[in-house]
Amino acid sequence: MRWTKWTLAALVAGGLAGASASAQPAPPASQARFVVVLDAAHGGDDTGGRLSDGQPEKTFTLALSVRLRSLLAARGIQVVTTRESDATVDPNKRAEITNHAQARACLSLHASESGSGIHLFASSLTPAQPSRFAAWKTAQASSVTRSLALEGVLNSALLQAGMSVTLGRTTLPALDSMTCPAVAVEVAPERSALHEITAGLDDKNYQARVATALAAALVEWRTEAHQP
Amino acid sequence: MIPRYQKILFVFLLLASLAMAVGLWELRQRAHQRLIAGQDSAPTSAPEVAPAEQATLLVANDSDGSLLPQVHSLPLPADPGARARAVLGKLLDLYAAPDAAHSVPGGGNSVTQVFLLPAPEIGTVADAAVKPKSGGFSINPPAAPPQDAQQTGPQLAVVNLTGSFAASHPSGIETETLTVLSICGTLRANLPNVTQVRFLVDGLERPTLAGHADLTRTYLTSDTAPAEGAHP
Repeated sequence: MRWTKWTLAALVAGGLAGASASAQPAPPASQARFVVVLDAAHGGDDTGGRLSDGQPEKTFTLALSVRLRSLLAARGIQVVTTRESDATVDPNKRAEITNHAQARACLSLHASESGSGIHLFASSLTPAQPSRFAAWKTAQASSVTRSLALEGVLNSALLQAGMSVTLGRTTLPALDSMTCPAVAVEVAPERSALHEITAGLDDKNYQARVATALAAALVEWRTEAHQP
Repeated sequence: MIPRYQKILFVFLLLASLAMAVGLWELRQRAHQRLIAGQDSAPTSAPEVAPAEQATLLVANDSDGSLLPQVHSLPLPADPGARARAVLGKLLDLYAAPDAAHSVPGGGNSVTQVFLLPAPEIGTVADAAVKPKSGGFSINPPAAPPQDAQQTGPQLAVVNLTGSFAASHPSGIETETLTVLSICGTLRANLPNVTQVRFLVDGLERPTLAGHADLTRTYLTSDTAPAEGAHP
């Protein structure tokens, strides 16, 4: 009987507490948790492109994801990754992970031997107003404006780090289904004006510079997101 | 001692086997003749040499991610589909050159066909992407317009690429996007009626070109603005 009384009291107290909590206004978006999703492209059977040193793109992107995750965690940013090993992850699954995380930013990491420097891509979908029900293949449309803003922050940080940057719009299956600000980051070798490679993708120093610049950009993005 | 009825049965079966063998041989010969007749590739009409015309190609450059128009003179057939294939063939020939700024092996033969069809009414790329694809591309309007309207109204170009082109295409977001956009932009520059472009590879839908650029969606030629470049 005593146990029943205590249980009843606890339930009543919990209910009151819940009621008072629900009566409080929701915390403003600026105070909401800041989660970044790192999407290491390819993996498993999907090797991606073949880089000049023979390693597949999937290995490079996973290494960059791990490095960037450490840098962001050290700066107090919560990170969710779409893969932590050499596993096949369907594009839809990548978007699912990102959307469930309710991320404030998502970077889809890629690598290529063609081109020069860092290529930043936002979705080419036409910006649309957010709606309660979004089509899966075009869910990114309501976040394109924010994605372009994130692209701008990344661009500034990379330029500040002395890298050449190319901006563009593209159609990537996973990117177009994400509901958060999302940018595809493609790392290419650094080249001189004569198109000679000055820093290859296997250059550890280059990889570190890229990761540090991306981390700095996301810290800046967090600061901008927390501004009223 | 073999019974008489078994001997008769054996002879009968032997004769039947021989008759069937002769019949099969005859059928094989007829099928062979039909095949040869079908493969007769002798020209039935003299080839026409199309006059050289100016064509604007939107040529990609990997170093800065740009698409720049170049004017080339090349023989262009009168038929719009063949014309589209000719300009895209020239574009891919440029990409297959050793010193190309956007290097893609394959050349002009990588475009198998270009089909021009009446375009469905699509407001945005987003709408295009979610169009149902079952049963084709949903490209047929309820009532077939007359031939003139089909050639003057907005058109959907279906570009059929070879599997070897897709397999040998360099992998990367930028390089694949530039290839797709330069094809769309070149079609727009030379066939203004083409407002939408879809891609097939060996006649089939393919998820991506070489692992990145989405080939399952409809591209609007109006979206083929050159990519912006930013350099320190």
